[in-house]
Amino acid sequence: MNIVYALVVLGGLGLVFGGLLSYAALQFAVEEDERVETIADLLPGANCGACGYPGCINFAEKVVAGDAPVDSCIPGGKAVSDRVCEVLGLAAVASDVKKIAQVYCLGTKDVAADKFEYQGVPDCKAAMMYSDGFKVCKYGCLGLGTCVEVCPFDAMYMGENGLPVIDKERCTGCGICAKACPRAVIRIVEADRRGKVVPCNSKDRGKATREACEVGCIGCKACVKACPQEAIVVEDFLAGIDSAKCDDCGECIEACKRNIIKDVVKIA
Amino acid sequence: MNLLAIIFVAILANNIVFNQFLGICPYLGVSKRVETSLGMGIAVIFVMALSAIVTWIVYNYLLFPYDLGYLRTIAFILVIAGLVQLVETILKKTNPTLFRALGIYLPLITTNCTILGVAILNIQAEHNIIETVVYSISVAIGFTLALIIMAGIRERLDLANVSGYLRGAAVSLVTAGILSLAFMGFSGMMTL
Repeated sequence: MNIVYALVVLGGLGLVFGGLLSYAALQFAVEEDERVETIADLLPGANCGACGYPGCINFAEKVVAGDAPVDSCIPGGKAVSDRVCEVLGLAAVASDVKKIAQVYCLGTKDVAADKFEYQGVPDCKAAMMYSDGFKVCKYGCLGLGTCVEVCPFDAMYMGENGLPVIDKERCTGCGICAKACPRAVIRIVEADRRGKVVPCNSKDRGKATREACEVGCIGCKACVKACPQEAIVVEDFLAGIDSAKCDDCGECIEACKRNIIKDVVKIA
Repeated sequence: MNLLAIIFVAILANNIVFNQFLGICPYLGVSKRVETSLGMGIAVIFVMALSAIVTWIVYNYLLFPYDLGYLRTIAFILVIAGLVQLVETILKKTNPTLFRALGIYLPLITTNCTILGVAILNIQAEHNIIETVVYSISVAIGFTLALIIMAGIRERLDLANVSGYLRGAAVSLVTAGILSLAFMGFSGMMTL
């Protein structure tokens, strides 16, 4: 008799809960737009937050509701936005320019002078709290790797010389590292640009830069005079090369007394 | 049984995590940030109270009268899983804000051993329905307390200069051990 009770009680419980659940599923059904799921599957799934939403699923919800632009997914690029448009029945919008991050600093440990020895929390933002960082240069990379920590794609690592290195294959140009850098040393640039670049972020006067770092741009304008394309402009004592005008001739590299103009293809 | 004694013992003296080794998985898994551990804690308090009441009724009016005490483990698993799913379905429709706040933690709790553990402990201690409710909520508060303390320490550990070999899981487990040792201080004060 006991076994009958056991069967009845347990089976009854199962039946009651099964019935309750199916009743609740019918009664309390929430209509979900299945396009949300479809789009969430198309997204890279890194939950990087480059679109401005906390995760891929949140972006999918917003994009279906029409609150987010379809091309907000930076890591997914054109491929993803095209397919999102397809699902939503919209015309493709995104441009096909892949972007990557680039570190605008050459100030490794041995060439950029320190103001004092920093022994605090190994994080750039924390280091900035002590008299604006431990380097003499106010603009250069501190090299504590906050950008490496936040990279959702494992596309950055800390080089031996104390500067972050970007893996161009893995970098999606999401810009999380650029936002995390307290000194704005990292810029998001077009991945396939060619020509020369001045990887320096120092807006100090020539004398100050010279004292702070062996490889800082002092704004001497020697490159400006040398450039036949007039692609170089010095602003705030920092030379900038317009990659649209640069024809890769290399005259500026010859002219630069500090030897800091580099070929974009060759730097990290 | 004095209800105040139950509350004290359940939260501090006989803390479910530090003294009874239950709920270690979420304790280590969801204690990276204070915010998430608070969310988890609130979800546990809610589900624990609800499931304890239902399991108590199931045991005392269904299993015990028919001499089916040996079926309680499987019956409770069934009840808890069904209940959590039911609550989730209803919440999703009636209160989306709360549903989002509890988020992933609600289904996660279904397989949490503290919920089943407390349901069975209530039976073993022969609590009446009021004691059951008080005990379950207190245990859940004790769990939340453990979670938040751990999360607070781990948030700081993230910034500390921890030696390479200890980083990550190792230092978390050492911290958990020391915390448990600290809570042993309460255990001599009172027992149930």
